[in-house]
Amino acid sequence: MIYLDNAATTIRKPQAVIDAVTFAMQSMGNAGRGFNDASLGASRIIYEVREKLARFFHAENPKQIAFTANSTESLNIAIKGTLTLGDHVITTALEHNSVLRPLYEMEEAGVELTVLDSDRQGRIRYADFKRNIRKNTKAIVCTHGSNLTGNLVDIGQVGQIAADYGLLLIVDASQTAGAFPIDVQEMNVDILCFTGHKGMLGPQGTGGLYVRPGLTVRPLKSGGSGVQTYNKSHPSEMPTALEAGTLNGHGIAGLGAAVDYLLETGIDAIRGREQALMRRFYEGVKGICGVTVYGDFSSWERCPIVTLNIGDYDSSEVSDELLTTYGISTRSGGHCAPLMHKALGTKGQGAVRFSFSHYNTEGDVDAAIQAVTELASECV
Amino acid sequence: MRKKELKLVVTFYTTADAMAMEKACKEQKAPGRLIPVPRAISAGCGLAWCAGLDARDALRQLMDRMDIEEQDIHECML
Repeated sequence: MIYLDNAATTIRKPQAVIDAVTFAMQSMGNAGRGFNDASLGASRIIYEVREKLARFFHAENPKQIAFTANSTESLNIAIKGTLTLGDHVITTALEHNSVLRPLYEMEEAGVELTVLDSDRQGRIRYADFKRNIRKNTKAIVCTHGSNLTGNLVDIGQVGQIAADYGLLLIVDASQTAGAFPIDVQEMNVDILCFTGHKGMLGPQGTGGLYVRPGLTVRPLKSGGSGVQTYNKSHPSEMPTALEAGTLNGHGIAGLGAAVDYLLETGIDAIRGREQALMRRFYEGVKGICGVTVYGDFSSWERCPIVTLNIGDYDSSEVSDELLTTYGISTRSGGHCAPLMHKALGTKGQGAVRFSFSHYNTEGDVDAAIQAVTELASECV
Repeated sequence: MRKKELKLVVTFYTTADAMAMEKACKEQKAPGRLIPVPRAISAGCGLAWCAGLDARDALRQLMDRMDIEEQDIHECML
């Protein structure tokens, strides 16, 4: 199988990640629950990973990193924990349903929502953020990179607007964490939501959020915390405030090993390799008769994603053919990005997404180009 | 059981704070060890840092330097 669905999850993980999870599953107690070697060992590992992530994202201190199961949980916490009745929030058409659906729920609860349009190439206009700020605007919720087109958003620029107007900036870094440099302080990010199983190369079921010091986020969950047992309320101090219940210690141990791998290999090197593969594929398919490629390719500094359609073929049919005839795994359909598909005009057809890992080879790319070429020739 | 003596006990709001304390003390070779929070201080659970009374100034300086937030510093028979 040639796996080109790395934007959904990176299927190949560094061996050190697998080893760390295995070791954790053989030795880890419940972090912060009791005083014994296994429990303390778990607490130490989890704290170390907190430290690594704080350094990785340039957080002020490790306590500002809370662990969750994935970006979706992080985004739900961030959105539902900061917005209240009467607030106004701005987001974009690039967003995934993990941003949009919590925002729609908040809209039903009395939050005003503005969604900024994109153009036909899936690009936002930064001036639109300023144009849509109201007296009651509380936050901007914005992706760092579209999971459909791979287009990047300049978070530094959005962060400057948020800072200038005293707005919270909540960033969905699902597609960029692990591959693109993220400095939450320099970019004026108030809450950064990330997942562990995509570019971070960690296990599924891991993720987290960075919360700026001094910002209080209402938790979604309350319960066991390992501290303040007889307090009727869940502790309000970070990171415990956002971490009710037993953490995924086994997965977090793997995520820590993944961060080590990213730092040792170098995220610039990883990103460069992925972008080179993306470019090779793009150059190979863009001129094929009947193929439409979506997104902005005016710069190679973008997520390693190429999304296309062949003629008016149903994207699911193309993806199925790629798998069954050529053994190539892609993603078809709506990609949980309804507004982006609407903007691209692909709501009915969907689109076929090819997304690359640094573990892919030129041979993988060339096989995919050949497959698209052959399928496209059938529709001419 | 051990013979009890007066000890310094630093409590924390979160497990993460306790872990930060342990790591900092190990790195700085400061005295003490983690213990379960004694009943005399809190009837809940959680971890505390326990050291001799003479370590108070050194630990205070270390926590200030390393930006570690304690909940309280107690003296109790342990």
